[in-house]
Amino acid sequence: MIQITNLTKKFGDFVAVDNLNLEIKAGDIVGFLGPNGAGKSTSMKMITGFLEPSSGEIKINDKNLKAAPIEIKQKIGYLPEGAPAYGDMTVLQFLSFIADTRGLKKAQKKQKLQEVVDKVELQSVLNRQIDNLSKGFKRRVGLAQAIIHDPQVLILDEPTDGLDPNQKHQVRALIKNLSKDKIVIISTHILEEVSAVCNRAVIIAKGKKVFDGTPFELQSKSKYNQALNVEFEGQLPDISQLKLAPGVTDVVQRTDTMISILSHESYGNIFPQIMDLIHLQGWSIKAMYNEQGQLDDVFRELTQEVA
Amino acid sequence: MTTVIFKREFCSFFATPVAYVFIFMFLMLSGVFTFYLGNFYERGQSDLQPFFNFLPWLYLFLVPAIAMKSWAEERKSGTIELLITLPISCWQAVLGKFFATWAILGLSLILTFPLWVTVNYLGQPDNGSILAAYIGSWLMAGAFLAIGNCMSALSKNQVVAFILTVVVCFAFVLSGTTMVLSSLKGYVPAIVLDTVASFSFLSHFEAISKGVLSLKDIMYFVLVIFIWLFACHILVEQKKAD
Repeated sequence: MIQITNLTKKFGDFVAVDNLNLEIKAGDIVGFLGPNGAGKSTSMKMITGFLEPSSGEIKINDKNLKAAPIEIKQKIGYLPEGAPAYGDMTVLQFLSFIADTRGLKKAQKKQKLQEVVDKVELQSVLNRQIDNLSKGFKRRVGLAQAIIHDPQVLILDEPTDGLDPNQKHQVRALIKNLSKDKIVIISTHILEEVSAVCNRAVIIAKGKKVFDGTPFELQSKSKYNQALNVEFEGQLPDISQLKLAPGVTDVVQRTDTMISILSHESYGNIFPQIMDLIHLQGWSIKAMYNEQGQLDDVFRELTQEVA
Repeated sequence: MTTVIFKREFCSFFATPVAYVFIFMFLMLSGVFTFYLGNFYERGQSDLQPFFNFLPWLYLFLVPAIAMKSWAEERKSGTIELLITLPISCWQAVLGKFFATWAILGLSLILTFPLWVTVNYLGQPDNGSILAAYIGSWLMAGAFLAIGNCMSALSKNQVVAFILTVVVCFAFVLSGTTMVLSSLKGYVPAIVLDTVASFSFLSHFEAISKGVLSLKDIMYFVLVIFIWLFACHILVEQKKAD
């Protein structure tokens, strides 16, 4: 379990992280979201013991990070932003060095190396210098070094940044397949990633926490959550009638041929009555469906309130 | 854990041409200094004085080159974030890196054995004092390296680290020369003059180069190494995230 209380980090006058409180339990896969410069990386650097907080406290498994840094660092796996690695080493040398620092020895070390190489699929580049690897492979080497000792806490700073869609999928599957009693913290810009892998989303902006809940809750904050979208065949007809239908609070034109009908919560599903109305008017439509909500909008709303 | 860091650093010198170029230049220049500038043959004495006398000047430009990358590169490439978040204390990392560079210097000194073979072939030198001078030389290399490691922690730029190291080492070497001391004479009290002179690598190395390894000189170099590594440790802690 990670407990973060009143965590603050200042660089001169600039407050990077402002009184952050967070409690993360085993099994949580936390998506750490926020605009650039919101303090995501700074927070992660403090949790991993790279930066000292200006004030506040970080406890991992009820142990204070300040009091037992080495002991806690043993339990953490960390992929720093950009996946830095010693470029003059080969992949195998590098992973072997990391295994040594993690205190893995002989048979156990060999086994763990084998496991991690299989998991992240590095067989083909084991004896190549890291400097000569593609971005995707470099990122995977970074990931491998973070999980080699099967850490209780895994902290990944933008693990899928710069990867192609296949590689992204692979990394997400890898994170999902980690055992269920671990803590995973992932920072990302990609909102879909949060719904895809995380069971908890935390948004920070200007160093402050502005949202903490499930990705589903995040989605339901969108004004388009449960909105009914109608795509018309060809030109948009006169839709003023729709606004007058019972339960409808607003009709928003989203594109040239598509509208969203927002309804009042108490009305439940307005699908049938809108369907009837469209029939009555003789409009030809292409599609009609309920929307889950636009994460982008929620994200923008939440992070701009602070700005 | 210090040994793990030591191993990685030491191997990384050999993964790139750095170690080979360094050792080659070291051996070549020490040969040039000994035989041409040191008049090895003309002196007609069977000892390695010409070699040891030029050693501080050789160190002055070669040691900063091997030490400059130790921390500057970590910070530039961002691997310092990886290193510091591994379950390793900062001291272990500082020592591991220092010992790795010191080992390279040790290896370079060992590889000057043809000089020793030559002098033994030509005459009957006092091998005990040659060994003592070698040990002292290695100790002095440690002092140069500790300064170099510290300066490397100061800057992200290896060239800046190199220049700073040369300047600081130059001050330490030069402070014992008659040039500096005579220019200070008359302006400062004798105690300051003695202090300046006692800081010098040269005055402590002088006896060593003749094969006299006194505890006082050993302590001086050990202390210099320790103080600069301590400063290095503080700088790494402070500047790691810049």
